[in-house]
Amino acid sequence: MGKDFTSALRPAIVMTILFAALLGIAYPLAMTGAGQALFPAQANGSLVRDADGRVIGSTVVGQAFTADRYFQTRPSAAGKGYDGLASSGSNLGPTSRALVDRVTADVARRRGEGVTGAIPADLVTASGSGLDPDLSPAAALAQAARIARVRGIAPDRVRALVDATTETSLLGAAHVNVLTLNRALDALPR
Amino acid sequence: MTFQGWFLILLFVGILLALTRPVGLWLHALYEGRRTPLHVVFGPVERGFYRLSGIDPAAEQGWRRYAVHMLSFNVALLMLTYAILRLQGVLPGNPQGLARLSPDLAFNTAVSFTSNTNWQSYGGESTMSNLSQMLGLTIHNFLSAATGIALAFALFRGFARRSAATIGNFWADMTRITLYLLLPICIAYTLFLIASGVPQTMAGVVDVSTLEGARQSILLGPVASQEAIKMLGTNGGGFFNANSAHPFENPTALTNLVQMLSIFLIGFGLTWTFGKAVGNTRQGWAILSAMVILFLAGVAVTYAQEAAGNPILHQIGVAGGNMEGKEVRFGVAASALFSVVTTAASCGAVNGMLDSFTPLGGMIPLFNMQLGEVVIGGVGAGIYGFLLFAILAVFVAGLMVGRTPEYVGKKIEAREVKLAVLAIAVLPLVILGFSALSSVVPPGLAGPLNKGPHGFSEILYAFTSAVGNNGSAFAGLSANTPYYNGLLGVAMWFGRFFVIVPMLAIAGSLAAKTYTPESAGSFPTTGALWVGLLVGIILILGGLTFLPSLALGPIADHLAMIRGQLF
Repeated sequence: MGKDFTSALRPAIVMTILFAALLGIAYPLAMTGAGQALFPAQANGSLVRDADGRVIGSTVVGQAFTADRYFQTRPSAAGKGYDGLASSGSNLGPTSRALVDRVTADVARRRGEGVTGAIPADLVTASGSGLDPDLSPAAALAQAARIARVRGIAPDRVRALVDATTETSLLGAAHVNVLTLNRALDALPR
Repeated sequence: MTFQGWFLILLFVGILLALTRPVGLWLHALYEGRRTPLHVVFGPVERGFYRLSGIDPAAEQGWRRYAVHMLSFNVALLMLTYAILRLQGVLPGNPQGLARLSPDLAFNTAVSFTSNTNWQSYGGESTMSNLSQMLGLTIHNFLSAATGIALAFALFRGFARRSAATIGNFWADMTRITLYLLLPICIAYTLFLIASGVPQTMAGVVDVSTLEGARQSILLGPVASQEAIKMLGTNGGGFFNANSAHPFENPTALTNLVQMLSIFLIGFGLTWTFGKAVGNTRQGWAILSAMVILFLAGVAVTYAQEAAGNPILHQIGVAGGNMEGKEVRFGVAASALFSVVTTAASCGAVNGMLDSFTPLGGMIPLFNMQLGEVVIGGVGAGIYGFLLFAILAVFVAGLMVGRTPEYVGKKIEAREVKLAVLAIAVLPLVILGFSALSSVVPPGLAGPLNKGPHGFSEILYAFTSAVGNNGSAFAGLSANTPYYNGLLGVAMWFGRFFVIVPMLAIAGSLAAKTYTPESAGSFPTTGALWVGLLVGIILILGGLTFLPSLALGPIADHLAMIRGQLF
């Protein structure tokens, strides 16, 4: 047994150093170099800029929309909402009073906006990351009437915009990117 | 449940079954130390590593030496990571200027990554610098996975060799697996992830002024290179707190499918490699069949529960499945599938918050881990854990027919059965013991976020995840305290190495035995009867041990939910 230990010492220490250099330094740096060369937009966060070149967001990560004139995003438990440095879900369980109180309040708010019928689940639930960039088509369509009213445009135009922006996938669920949708909304001619 | 949901689930299993033999063949080449096409690229690296560290890759090791060398390497890695985390504040590669970790958090994290658990007591983006992520954590994702597969190879040799004193060379196994399997796949995988929207940069925070005029800070970093091995090596420790729910870790439904596939890929392949190693690939397919049956049963329950949703919210006027803690781009089916995949394997990644799953939907991930993570399981760890159950199953079958049990040509005797029971007993001792303790002492009770039975589920889940080296969580539990960091650290260490040492002893004991050819009296270990027996043994052992604790947590929570009781 003693000989087993002494014979292990040198390989254990040297292999730790060698593999740390290969896997902890060389591999991520080489992948960074390759990523920056081949896919620079994605490797740097898929950022979106306005006409002046200012960064207004990322198509991948969600940002908060709370104004009535925009499609509003889901509730978020990331920091105070859509905090890019504090991703998190609410972690509230299905029998949690805090969860039910929060959902009840959000349902009441939607009812106040004139939404009738069943409320799409994603509209009143917090996502896993708190940075969900998407809404379900139903959750977006439920807001169409409000947006049309505030912006003074025909509800059909808003709904058509949702349909045009919806992405479907056999491997996941249909979704609408809220930033893309709201930029399209701003670009609509009056 | 929808047709599309089941399409995804069956597509997932179908792709893996198609890949089982090719991956198994590749692994078998590494198991035998044969030359692969990749030796042209990485052969010089391999030889250089051996030369610098004074290793003779052809020098065979007995089980004791194999175990001691494996443990020494893991302890050295543990100390490296502890040092990096404690010195984080003065090391480079820290664009956010994050401070060093507290001793208990650094200990917990170092054990967590060394043991292939990747429990996150820390919040990735708010705790770890880029250097810590790369040098402190990513290396473990490779090497703990390589260690697991090497150990599986050692056990395979125990079954395959006759009258042998040795079970291979740890350094050769571990180095070959890293260089010819994990690293090449990760290079291609990382590029796919970057192309799909996962960041890969040394930069830190980007300041955004949003469309509404608010300020948002977005964190970037070397995410893709870590994400690839996090999945392939069934590690699960995310770059971000929200793990694979975070859009930067898992941006699309396609990346989600590929992540799930990569979690199971090596585990599926290893069952074939085992069959090939013992000279009958049907032995491997029998094991895989039992695993897939248990897996699909779990998926069916979780998917059905999550699709049915929360009746308390339905009463308020909310439609549809349970979306609390889930991402819209995945939806219910892909989230439910992901949760069962990561807990069947010991991956521990999450693409939705398990704490917010329905009680029974969240019980399946918990029960998967309590079964010992042998449903596919962690890379290497899954198959060696499963073979411990196989030893018990032939023992039970032997008792029933009154014959000395045999498995793949080796007589299973008292020593192997005792060691298998010893390894399997670690699980209930730690899970039930530590959960019971934490349910009565004040620092334990301070942990749970949710009240009522769900709070107990959070505690039970934490220790189950730790000892099973899974790493997923009912994340409401405030685990970053000296009490939980310490106790969970101990649980992770026990769960890893107190299983491995008896397992290696079995490998050594089996290798020394002669070959017993199959006779008319042997219990066949390839047919449906055997698969049924395996499934039965695993479910009965897991069920008898853990059902009472599940009754106090998820089952009580479920009954409360259908009565509409809140806590």
